[in-house]
Amino acid sequence: MRRGWFLPITAALGFSFLYAPIISMVVFSFNENRLVTVWSGFSTKWYGELFNDPQMLGAAWLSLQIAAISATIALVLGTLAAVALVRFRSFRGRTLFSGMVSAPMVMPDVITGLSMLLLFVAMESLLGWPAGRGMLTIVIAHSTFAMAYICVVVQSRLSDFDRSVEEAAMDLGASPLRTFFDITLPIIAPALVSGWLLGFTLSLDDLVIASFVSGPGSSTLPMVIFSKVKLGVSPDVNALATIIVGIVATGVIIATAIQLRNRPRKARR
Amino acid sequence: MAKKPNLAVDTRPWRDPAAKPFVRIRNVTKRFGDVAAVSDVSLDIYRSELFCLLGGSGSGKSTLLRMLAGFEIPTSGTIEIDGQDMTQVAPYNRPVNMMFQSYALFPHMNVEQNIAYGLKRDGLGKEEIAARVAELLTLVKLQDYGARKPHQLSGGQRQRVALARALAKRPKLLLLDEPLGALDKKLREETQFELVKIQETLGVTFIVVTHDQEEAMSLATRIGVMNQGEIAMIGEPTDIYEFPNSKFVAGFIGSVNMVEGVVTEDEPGHVRIRSTELGCDIYVGHGVDCAPDQTLWWAIRPEKMMLSRDKPEGLNGANVTHGMVEDIGYLGDMSVYQVLLDSGKRLRVTQTNTVRGNPDSISWDEPVYVTWNDTSGSVLTV
Repeated sequence: MRRGWFLPITAALGFSFLYAPIISMVVFSFNENRLVTVWSGFSTKWYGELFNDPQMLGAAWLSLQIAAISATIALVLGTLAAVALVRFRSFRGRTLFSGMVSAPMVMPDVITGLSMLLLFVAMESLLGWPAGRGMLTIVIAHSTFAMAYICVVVQSRLSDFDRSVEEAAMDLGASPLRTFFDITLPIIAPALVSGWLLGFTLSLDDLVIASFVSGPGSSTLPMVIFSKVKLGVSPDVNALATIIVGIVATGVIIATAIQLRNRPRKARR
Repeated sequence: MAKKPNLAVDTRPWRDPAAKPFVRIRNVTKRFGDVAAVSDVSLDIYRSELFCLLGGSGSGKSTLLRMLAGFEIPTSGTIEIDGQDMTQVAPYNRPVNMMFQSYALFPHMNVEQNIAYGLKRDGLGKEEIAARVAELLTLVKLQDYGARKPHQLSGGQRQRVALARALAKRPKLLLLDEPLGALDKKLREETQFELVKIQETLGVTFIVVTHDQEEAMSLATRIGVMNQGEIAMIGEPTDIYEFPNSKFVAGFIGSVNMVEGVVTEDEPGHVRIRSTELGCDIYVGHGVDCAPDQTLWWAIRPEKMMLSRDKPEGLNGANVTHGMVEDIGYLGDMSVYQVLLDSGKRLRVTQTNTVRGNPDSISWDEPVYVTWNDTSGSVLTV
């Protein structure tokens, strides 16, 4: 069959639609000019400026902390929910439970954020906890919605899990707890890792919910960027975005490499 | 492969009423909701037996095996292994190991680690474990595969790893769930031999669940045929095949011709059954527990009947019927004839092809007589 020109061109158009903005952003992060749209020469000064901006660095550090903590909490809760849904096929209210677990995924962020805010305010006046809004409330909010995604990831891994593997371990003398740590955990580990990364990314990415539930002095990175951009795009934001893109790309490349190395195994199965 | 003929009585403990069974299943019932997967099963299995539980899907054979392993707790009844009540004991505290249908190898461990897993749980020393693993790898002929992961093995190799892992703790009783089910036909036949050889060498009691009657016949010392959660018949392979106790067992094992008839003569030494379905009388050369005019069934295996062009003498005016060859299936070693009787009933008769390329063999659309001996068939009342 002759290769047509249609496919390469549409592919090129599609990819440029996806990546041209990112590339232009990366290019302009090395722009010398203060105006983002005018190119006046190569410079890395905006990167230097970025690392001297305590507000930006503080927000980045806060975001990373929140992402790591909430991903970890969500991983534990999401895994427990997934185990309940997959392993205990019939319990009262299973359908309701499964629906409620996945509801945060389809709920608009604005509504999740607003309802969380109302909850925190009400709890503070009734119970006195959580006192004020800040990192803690953002962590709680991010954990709840990341949990839904992690639950789905772990659930799919657990459902193609051959239970007789666990039974075999018990048959060979391992207690249920021992079986969980020796057999179940290593087998579902890839799902847990990707679930955690997903939760981490979702938290790092979130602007809307964080805006609702954050308090004074607890602005996350997306919030800081967003507020800066409202005053006009500054080149140091480009630099920051370029760094983030770099980190993400490295992560994706490593993940793909691991997957490629494991591929022969899957093909055989 | 046939079990050695003329075994001494002491190798057939089930024939000795004083022998003490090794596994004693008493009135075991397992219900899942309203459905009884296993109902009121009682079964004795003796030391060093290779017992096959044979049944179709949903017959309850796997559930029974899982109760022996401890993965299911019986709704009622007791399970005793080697004199100890095991009914409520957790799987990890039973002197029983199981080989799973899916093999259930640990995917993240290599072959050696898989085999060593049970030994590590027992807290054995490193050197002892290594020695035992090496011994088992030799037993299943996988000496060079210790470092491989399960996904790097073929189906047959995985099967052997699963067997080695299940044997590692030297269990008193080994449960095997469809051990050869996932192998192709040729490999399965080879593995059958090996399984029996290993079982005989180690003297472990095997309980094998299978839906494959050929497998059961060739492996087992005794077979328990299960149907709808109940044991339909327990017996040695020859008993099951030659002397089925019910229509179900006769029809489930091998192929059979079954006809309905009415008892016309009921003597201590013989029985005569009139069968309109067969178009003749059936003369049975032994007494049967029945009453005159009782309706019952008579079953005969295809290879126990003979075809001829000339009318055979028959026996007391019975055991001869007439029909036409409707179809012939040539299988090489034998041919399967489908004979349409004058009565409209179809019989399946197999004849061994003793003469090479016989030009005189009975052919399509030929009228033939079918005959059989007075002891060839089984009279069934249920």
